[in-house]
Amino acid sequence: MKASDPMHEITLSLNGEPARLPEGTPLTQALEAWGYGERRVAVAINDAFAPRSTWPERTLGEGDRIDIVAPVGGG
Amino acid sequence: MHTQSPHDDALVLYEERFNSRFLLGTALYPSPQVMQDAIEAADCAMLTLGLRRQNPGGGNADGDGDAFWQILRESGCHLLPNTAGCRSAREAITLAEMSRELFDTPWIKVEVIGDDYNLQPDPFGLLEAARELVEQGFKVLPYCTDDLVLCQRLQEAGCQALMPWGAPIGTGRGLMNRYALRTLRERIDVPLIIDAGLGAPSQAAEAMEMGFDGVLLNTAVAKARRPAQMSAAFARAIEAGREAYLAGLMERRQTASPSTPTLGQPFWHATP
Repeated sequence: MKASDPMHEITLSLNGEPARLPEGTPLTQALEAWGYGERRVAVAINDAFAPRSTWPERTLGEGDRIDIVAPVGGG
Repeated sequence: MHTQSPHDDALVLYEERFNSRFLLGTALYPSPQVMQDAIEAADCAMLTLGLRRQNPGGGNADGDGDAFWQILRESGCHLLPNTAGCRSAREAITLAEMSRELFDTPWIKVEVIGDDYNLQPDPFGLLEAARELVEQGFKVLPYCTDDLVLCQRLQEAGCQALMPWGAPIGTGRGLMNRYALRTLRERIDVPLIIDAGLGAPSQAAEAMEMGFDGVLLNTAVAKARRPAQMSAAFARAIEAGREAYLAGLMERRQTASPSTPTLGQPFWHATP
């Protein structure tokens, strides 16, 4: 991965909608910034599960597709 | 099975015992309070639930996810997350992994949908997902069709219980293919739970009388005029059907046979 430039913004997809972030933002910080904070959610990046334990180390890249899910009623 | 009394007749799934044979869904209720009342009245073994995108603002398809979660936790029921709406094995596997972390449970109802019209399970994707998830240590309950060979393959893949449909999801049509379901009951020796398509308690009782081990439903309760009353009705029907199965149903016969003794019938006289 190339050195991160905090001034450079990347565009990615958050639950199917475009979102922008400074390049190199760790996932934990991105979730905080997006307002998920302490919420009970699970995350997938590019259709693969991203375990909570990997969030602090995981940085997001241009074009990443992030899915953030929470419990809903189901049958 | 036949020798057990109803009092020690637990449902056993993956070596875990459940005192109820009723699995209830948590979607489509008019309000969280109504859902809570229906859950209480059901006294069920497990509650199913799903995962959907949660928008940054806090809302999702079902309103506030945290409040919903709180009600389910307080119910004290086992949770059975589903992979509803997934279209491929890969999607179902990823959603199962997300569920396991979020709900801290190895239980998963695996659903891979193959067709939009009848929401029929895709047998090929389902088998692929089930194999992988069993391998990963999940307790897989696959939502499947009533196809015998598919069910045999799922059993071979390590599924210790199967959930064949009664009818397509949300149709309320009851047991559509009794021949196929009876065949499954004859040929499959892991617990079988009828999942989907039941609309009335009588249909649930019928499934239990046929020897199915449990019933999973949602719409029939959630869309009733009084959901709590309906879930109580289903709970009793499931118990009644189970007891009838254990008691042993009589054989069907073509010809009538009097139940009151014919010996000593008055007014019968040999013609003089």
